[in-house]
Amino acid sequence: MSEAKLISLLPAEEWARRERRRCSPCAELWTVLDHVMDPEIPVISIYELGVLQDVQQQGEAITLIFTPTYIGCPALGIMEEDARVALAAAGYHNVTVETRLAPAWTTAWLTPEARRKMSAYGVAAPEHDAVSCPQCGSAQTRSISEFGSTACKALFRCETCLEPFDVFKDL
Amino acid sequence: MKSDDPVTRYALRLGDDALILGHRLSEWMSRAPFLEEDIALGNVALDFIGRARLFYQYAAERVGGGVTEDTFAYTRDVREFTNLLLCELPRGDFAFTLCRQFLYDAFSLPFTEALAGSADSRLAAIGAKAVKESRYHLRRSRDWIVRLGDGTEESHRRCQQALDELWIYTGEMFETDQLIDELVALGVAVDTAELRRCWIETVSETLRAATLTPPTATADVSGGRRGIHTDDLGFLLAELQFMQRAYPGLQW
Ligand SMILES: [Zn+2]
Repeated sequence: MSEAKLISLLPAEEWARRERRRCSPCAELWTVLDHVMDPEIPVISIYELGVLQDVQQQGEAITLIFTPTYIGCPALGIMEEDARVALAAAGYHNVTVETRLAPAWTTAWLTPEARRKMSAYGVAAPEHDAVSCPQCGSAQTRSISEFGSTACKALFRCETCLEPFDVFKDL
Repeated sequence: MKSDDPVTRYALRLGDDALILGHRLSEWMSRAPFLEEDIALGNVALDFIGRARLFYQYAAERVGGGVTEDTFAYTRDVREFTNLLLCELPRGDFAFTLCRQFLYDAFSLPFTEALAGSADSRLAAIGAKAVKESRYHLRRSRDWIVRLGDGTEESHRRCQQALDELWIYTGEMFETDQLIDELVALGVAVDTAELRRCWIETVSETLRAATLTPPTATADVSGGRRGIHTDDLGFLLAELQFMQRAYPGLQW
């Protein structure tokens, strides 16, 4: 492996998203939303998933900017509901959720930490093409179907422990 | 909710293609040949219905006055739908569904790529979003055509028959009319005539690999863009719109 390959570059739009959070005047709102999980993979938050793009506050009014993972993903509506519930519980009731399509969501935004959490949960999230089994770690795996239990997952099987498992698809 | 705004009319065409094709795919739920395929067809159906929603939401915002995405999906009559005839044909057997899907996916991928460059930023964003899943769709339907065409005697026969039946409807994807010409000149619409060569290349290469014979029939059946449909669309809408027709304004 060449040395240059060891440096993993963050995509520009993902860097910008993290800067928006870092410089945000409403840090406590981001923290509240850290407890809103992806309903399908309830170990990573909507922020870690990359769906939560921005949080804006003007007086009482709060605007959340979401970007969908897959166009037809029914979980987006659930995430919106869950975000409203979490904010309401923290005393914020005037919440608008806007959907923004561009830049289009990509798995490249997932952090190594988010990938580790998904893998521990049983959903493989390969960083490069090699898919290893989340149960036993074996690299001997094969694809069964490009479409798994949800739009964002493919179905694989481990040739070593023979367990089937979901793989978060590269998009 | 008839609109004279060209961009609205264009968004509705694209939304109609996606909704009707998505509905046809959804009809396979619990009927597919095996579980993985049932799930796959459901996922692809969801992608198309999600795509329809984005186009309808945009059209609804442009029309205003309380019109929503549901107004377009549930309250228009058959003549107001402007989808391609290819999308509305009954699902047929598995070979027919996959063959239709392949012929459409081979068009949809270059189409969404081109739409991503639209001068209309909203349409461009929808195109850029849809292009990613279109790659998955095409890879999957192409694989199936090769597997069925180059499979057993029966799968080959069924696949060839589906291809021959569907072929006459494929020309409509590349037709242009006054609306398209007007929007192409503004850089908003995709000039589909220019996608034809790319489509033919994908289709020819796949049919060769699948040992299928390219049909020679002229692909000139059209009418969907003008609201002239097959009988089948009326039956589809009767099912799709039943709840809103029986209980207008019903909410979950
Ligand atoms: Zn294993």
